[in-house]
Amino acid sequence: MDLSYTPAELVFREEVRAFIRDNLPESIRAKAGLSAYYDGSDVRTWHKLLDAKGWAASHWPMEYGGPGWSAVQRYIFMEEILQAPAPEPLSFNINMVGPVVYTFGSPEQKERFLPKIRSLDYWFCQGFSEPGAGSDLAALRTSAVREGDDYVINGQKIWTSTAHDADWMFCLVRTDPSAKKQEGISFVLIDMKTPGVTVRPIITIDGEHHTNEVFLDNVRVPVVNRVGEENKGWDYAKFLLGNERTGIARVGLSKGRLQRARRLAELSEVLDGKLSEDPFFRRRCIELEIELKALEVTALRIIDRQRKRNDGKPDPASSILKLRGAETQQFSAELVAEVAGPLGLAFTHGSKAPWQDLAEDDLTAVLGAVPNYFLSRAATIYGGASEVQKNIISKAILGF
Amino acid sequence: MDFELSSEQSMLKDSVDRLIAQRYTQEARERFKAEAPGWSRDNWQQFADLGLLGLGFDEALGGFGGSMTDTMIVAEAFGGGMVVEPWLGSVVLAGGILRHADFGGREEAVAALAEGSRILALAHEEEGARYLLSRVSAKADKAGSGYVVNGRKINVIAGDSADTLFVTARTGGGVQDEDGISIFAVPKGHPGVTVEPYRSIDGARYAAVTLKGVELPAAALVGAAGEGFPILEKAVGDAIVALCGEAVGLMEAMLKTVVEYLKTRNQFGGPLGRFQALQHRSAEMYVMTEQARSMAIYAAAMASEPDDRERRRAMSFAKVQIGKSLHFVGQYAVQMSGGIGVTEEYIIGQHFKRSTAMERQFGDTDHHLSLIDLLDRRG
Ligand SMILES: Cc1cc2nc3c(=O)[nH]c(=O)nc-3n(C[C@H](O)[C@H](O)[C@H](O)COP(=O)(O)OP(=O)(O)OC[C@H]3O[C@@H](n4cnc5c(N)ncnc54)[C@H](O)[C@@H]3O)c2cc1C
Repeated sequence: MDLSYTPAELVFREEVRAFIRDNLPESIRAKAGLSAYYDGSDVRTWHKLLDAKGWAASHWPMEYGGPGWSAVQRYIFMEEILQAPAPEPLSFNINMVGPVVYTFGSPEQKERFLPKIRSLDYWFCQGFSEPGAGSDLAALRTSAVREGDDYVINGQKIWTSTAHDADWMFCLVRTDPSAKKQEGISFVLIDMKTPGVTVRPIITIDGEHHTNEVFLDNVRVPVVNRVGEENKGWDYAKFLLGNERTGIARVGLSKGRLQRARRLAELSEVLDGKLSEDPFFRRRCIELEIELKALEVTALRIIDRQRKRNDGKPDPASSILKLRGAETQQFSAELVAEVAGPLGLAFTHGSKAPWQDLAEDDLTAVLGAVPNYFLSRAATIYGGASEVQKNIISKAILGF
Repeated sequence: MDFELSSEQSMLKDSVDRLIAQRYTQEARERFKAEAPGWSRDNWQQFADLGLLGLGFDEALGGFGGSMTDTMIVAEAFGGGMVVEPWLGSVVLAGGILRHADFGGREEAVAALAEGSRILALAHEEEGARYLLSRVSAKADKAGSGYVVNGRKINVIAGDSADTLFVTARTGGGVQDEDGISIFAVPKGHPGVTVEPYRSIDGARYAAVTLKGVELPAAALVGAAGEGFPILEKAVGDAIVALCGEAVGLMEAMLKTVVEYLKTRNQFGGPLGRFQALQHRSAEMYVMTEQARSMAIYAAAMASEPDDRERRRAMSFAKVQIGKSLHFVGQYAVQMSGGIGVTEEYIIGQHFKRSTAMERQFGDTDHHLSLIDLLDRRG
């Protein structure tokens, strides 16, 4: 049992930190901090800088352009990115569609798509959820009917995040309506410019445009854009959702927020002194720190176990990381919002802030705090809601 | 002991419930928000016609009478509809200054408020004050027979539509002292007053009010110089009662929406509501709502308690319970709605924004816990 990082891992951490410090463009850094909503071009710019360094696809095999890092290095990398904070390499590309293509795609698909998935020349969005298929994803109804060398696709996707920035969508469609619900699904790649694809924004409660509805009306998709076998899409989706979940707790993000909460608390007066000196506030921060430490060790334990087992199967214990990780993201976002206090009640949405006493950075943090807390409520809903994670633990681990 | 509403109160409740049901659809609410003041003058007139703007003011003063329980009844209906008109800010909070201060011209002011022709606002909060009521750094210096006021106020409900602003400023004492706070009535458009409106996170209209060398006559003083705090504290106490009522109405609306949703949303071959985990969560939301209701009733009863310490403790007790209940009910209403719960378009998203703002208005849970502790230590 050894919990410490090796000297080489510590050197690696420094290397990552220095790279971010020296290369993250100032315009993106300026948005960093709490209320940072990077726009599409920020994500692209930074992703490309990481790709040029060979770091965009941290867990991909080296033959497809991965850096050949250990699981611990990947964990350190993600933590540094989130804590900086800097935009993450686009998860849809790197954690989701990329691994599906290199694991199940044809040689032609690998050649055509992988370099562009890795470099973000093709920005992918995820077309899984539908109005009638949320937690019960296998209930999806979007149909794909074969006509010659094409599928003709009709249906509606919802919650398709970043579809308005995306070039492509990886999409689950029903190719066999008569089969059992998990068995008639295929995994296809759709060019967003194809006639019949319509993207409609959904505005979330932070007032921002992160996600969309996507309508598919007689969209013709070449059969060669199907990944893997017809009607085996559910297996690929399960693979995708179980893949590389160790970063999912996003401990670095919460750590960054905790730092911000503590900083803002120094500027805030309560009944008898500064909020940063208030014992209850201090204890809550410490409790969060402890929770984050536990999550970090749990993540590393799961990484270690997966490495030793090496069967490529998702570990149901990674549900702990999604469940508690999402909750601590929420708790840390909430902590900052509470520190912002009555100043956080103004909703300026990018326009001039009414506050005068705060420095620019702190002002951004204060004004972004509550919208950020609002959006954080989605963390226990997307990517397998908390209730669903608890079902996984109780069934797959506890045997109920 | 009797928790039943009187027949007058039942009638009041019915008429306000009906008004909200008829006028306050979600779509109408968005329209009201888009009107010039950020709310609807037409609704305001309806409130006046129903007597809601004179509620809580003695008939001798030109009001319609009524207890804090009546105020709570109205608030509950308003909370359910998430009313954007500044009834709480103008009638209960700023109106509280009229209720609790004695000064020349009071009858005239109450009459104008009650008939809907005058909007009031309380300009008290400051940037550095957090939730502490006594922290006032705006200054009112004696100049001849009058005063010159300098300072900046924030989160002023209806600040830009107000005909009269009640502004707090220090005529003495240290920045956190309860002594030395004075209240001034400042008419709309008075020289040296700048009003910058902005939207709050829950869609209400607030303003920042900057006072630069504002010259006021001695007659602008509301109550005695330096003795504004007890007036302010009672007005905020009234506002807490109204907020508690609104919170209960809001929580009822969230619970009802979510339970209906769970009964009709099908996943895994049947309604989500058949899963016991979600039934239990809903049951807990119900428990939290009822605990909040009890404390709203308690706050309404204690608002007129003459013992300052007892009254202030009671208001803080209520605000803590309300805060905790809003927190729980709000977060789980979103969670159990799934993705639509975090959208701007769905009513639950709006409910959640309102509940988050309410947790903070007039002091958050931590603030009131500290305040109770402080009052207890002081003995
Ligand atoms: C901001 C955001 C971004 C998203 N981005 C994407 C994206 O890019 N691509 C994509 O495909 N999808 C995306 N999603 C969709 C997300 O995966 C779904 O919202 C999620 O699967 C839940 O589905 P639902 O919203 O339909 O909720 P429902 O499934 O209707 O669930 C409602 C509630 O019931 C609970 N529940 C459901 N089943 C059970 C059960 N068996 N037992 C107990 N409780 C249960 C849920 O946990 C939830 O609390 C996004 C969602 C959000 C909010």
